Amino acid sequence: MAQMTMIQAITDAMRTELKNDENVLVFGEDVGQNGGVFRATEGLQKEFGEDRVFDTPLAESGIGGMSIGLALTGFRPVPEIQFFGFVYEVMDAISGQMARYRYRSGGTRPMPITVRSPFGGGVHTPELHADSLEGLMAQQPGLRVVIPSNPYDAKGLLISSIRNNDPVIFLEHMKLYRSFREEVPEEEYTVDLDKAAVKREGTDVTLVAYGAMVHSSLKAAEELEKDGISAEVIDLRTVSPVDYETILESVKKTNRAVVVQEAQKQAGIAANVVSEIQEKAILHLEAPVLRVAAPDTVYAFTQAEEVWLPNHNTIVEKVNDVMNF
Amino acid sequence: MNLKRTLENIENQFEMFQILNEEGEIVNEDFMPDLSDEDLKEIMRRMVYTRILDQRSIALNRQGRLGFYAPTAGQEASQLGSQFALEKEDFILPGYRDVPQLIWHGLPLYQAFLFSRGHHKGNQMPEGVNAVSPQIIIGAQITQTAGVGLGYKKRGENAVAITYTGDGGASQGDFYEGINFAGAFGAQAIFVVQNNRFAISVPVEKQSAAQTIAQKAVAAGIEGIQVDGMDVLAVYAATKDARERAVNGEGPTLIETLTYRYGPHTMAGDDPTRYRTEDEDNEWEKKDPIVRFRKFLEAKGLWSEEEENELIEKTKEEIKAAVKEADNTPKQTVTDLIGIMHEELPSNLKEQMEEYKEKESK
Ligand SMILES: Cc1ncc(C[n+]2csc(CCOP(=O)(O)OP(=O)(O)O)c2C)c(N)n1
Ligand SMILES: [Mg+2]
Repeated sequence: MAQMTMIQAITDAMRTELKNDENVLVFGEDVGQNGGVFRATEGLQKEFGEDRVFDTPLAESGIGGMSIGLALTGFRPVPEIQFFGFVYEVMDAISGQMARYRYRSGGTRPMPITVRSPFGGGVHTPELHADSLEGLMAQQPGLRVVIPSNPYDAKGLLISSIRNNDPVIFLEHMKLYRSFREEVPEEEYTVDLDKAAVKREGTDVTLVAYGAMVHSSLKAAEELEKDGISAEVIDLRTVSPVDYETILESVKKTNRAVVVQEAQKQAGIAANVVSEIQEKAILHLEAPVLRVAAPDTVYAFTQAEEVWLPNHNTIVEKVNDVMNF
Repeated sequence: MNLKRTLENIENQFEMFQILNEEGEIVNEDFMPDLSDEDLKEIMRRMVYTRILDQRSIALNRQGRLGFYAPTAGQEASQLGSQFALEKEDFILPGYRDVPQLIWHGLPLYQAFLFSRGHHKGNQMPEGVNAVSPQIIIGAQITQTAGVGLGYKKRGENAVAITYTGDGGASQGDFYEGINFAGAFGAQAIFVVQNNRFAISVPVEKQSAAQTIAQKAVAAGIEGIQVDGMDVLAVYAATKDARERAVNGEGPTLIETLTYRYGPHTMAGDDPTRYRTEDEDNEWEKKDPIVRFRKFLEAKGLWSEEEENELIEKTKEEIKAAVKEADNTPKQTVTDLIGIMHEELPSNLKEQMEEYKEKESK
């Protein structure tokens, strides 16, 4: 076992799969010689050569389209979109093309592509770097969307994603890249896709979160405990499709739920989660299911970022609302 | 069927245009622009001011007093030579590194600092400043430039749209679409590609098999030129010429300037030693646009060390005052953000406006 940050765990996952499968290719802007702007691909070009790990010209649409072509010739591409705000440049390749290829070809053309990309607020990036755009991806049938919240899951989920024969959008919250280390096995292991994790058990209210908001929810749960409120925290890990089984099991026990996302209220995936809970468990509910989300503006100008983003305080407020309903 | 020769013929035609060599000597008298002594001095002042601003911005960023910043040292001739050829009514669509052009087009310095700090007031151009704030999405400004240039043509304006991108930006689909649309519609537009040899870490050789970026004009059916981007006179002359042709209905122009950024890509953790050699840095610093222009002006008796030192002191004072003005600007609030989303607030935002008003009043 080794202590790793999330970014080291991500590098380790790519290294593992580059070793395991000669069809795995890692590429994108600055991922070669420079090892990525966050060093996610640090050392990989040196270890596996420029044939396997390489820089591309600066064009996201090209990166996406070329990934599809490589998949059509039997490769297993792991392209990086340098920041997920640039996904608009590659929307057609992702949503219009790779998501639909298997279907369009009558089930004959798999797209084993894992698009990795950093996103997430609180690190003072310029415009269109920090946006939470997972909702856009989740709206596209045919895509799987994975968002790890810790180093252990990041490695296991990324290996599972790369091995998966359908396209996966693998989103890495920038704030979590180096915020903490934890034990991560050096050997290979997988974490199941499409499975949520109960991060903390509780009996009074269920908090459903993903990405950095898992940590804000855990912090909120600690504060709530001081007031005698026992919160269960669920980390979705895969945000499309959502593991409703785990959520419903929890809600049937706690009878209350708050869904937390960093994305704007009108975006993200919280609305889906709320709908499913009320469709499947309304008779178990003691209060409406509430959402914690950012306001419905374009992502905040940096100076207002900290106030704009949801945090453990806004989560505590909403939990109090459902407790006092 | 000699395709190889056809390609070589095209490539060989794009030779670097230069007026002032590294020694500050005129090597291309025929194209020496018609500039008064006062104009020449003004160009020098702007380059020196911008170099000092760059140094101070880097220092301020390190002290945590500025946010996002993309260093400009090395690119002054490309940025300011082209801007100096513009008229007030021309419209600038800059990239993130092109803040100096905005400042010389009329954006107050304190607002440039607010842009860096992430405050919406930094993106508001004052009345009469024809420009938009620096584009973060590489290439997006290029197709928009075709639109502004077409708008000017349709309205019969005696003005051009000018945009800036980098060698990396010239790989985006938007770049090809932008120059192609501009050509197809005869837009009054100028496309400047500052080829500083790197897109963050990726060398220009990896961007394209094309030997020059200027030659990409050929496929769009527009005029293109490769210019010494460390020679402010050459950049000025090329832009002036492009401007004239654009307003005369002779079509858009692609200008590639060969330049170099001395500093890191941005101040957010880029380490150029990972992808460039010190030799390469040194070689380019020998071509420095300010050194070369200083030599030229000194030989003409138009410039002195005292004058430059005075200018540097004055610049530092101006920067200090602008930082203060930025400091004194009320901090960005979430209600500001909600307020600038729509002309008329939709119901969801009305509700959120009330929520945040209450929070902010606490
Ligand atoms: C669409 C898009 N893709 C990627 C980026 C990230 N990025 C910012 S600058 C840069 C390199 C740009 O290089 P170049 O066009 O040569 O301009 P330079 O920075 O050298 O001035 C990259 C990849 C971005 N901002 N927008
Ligand atoms: Mg460049």
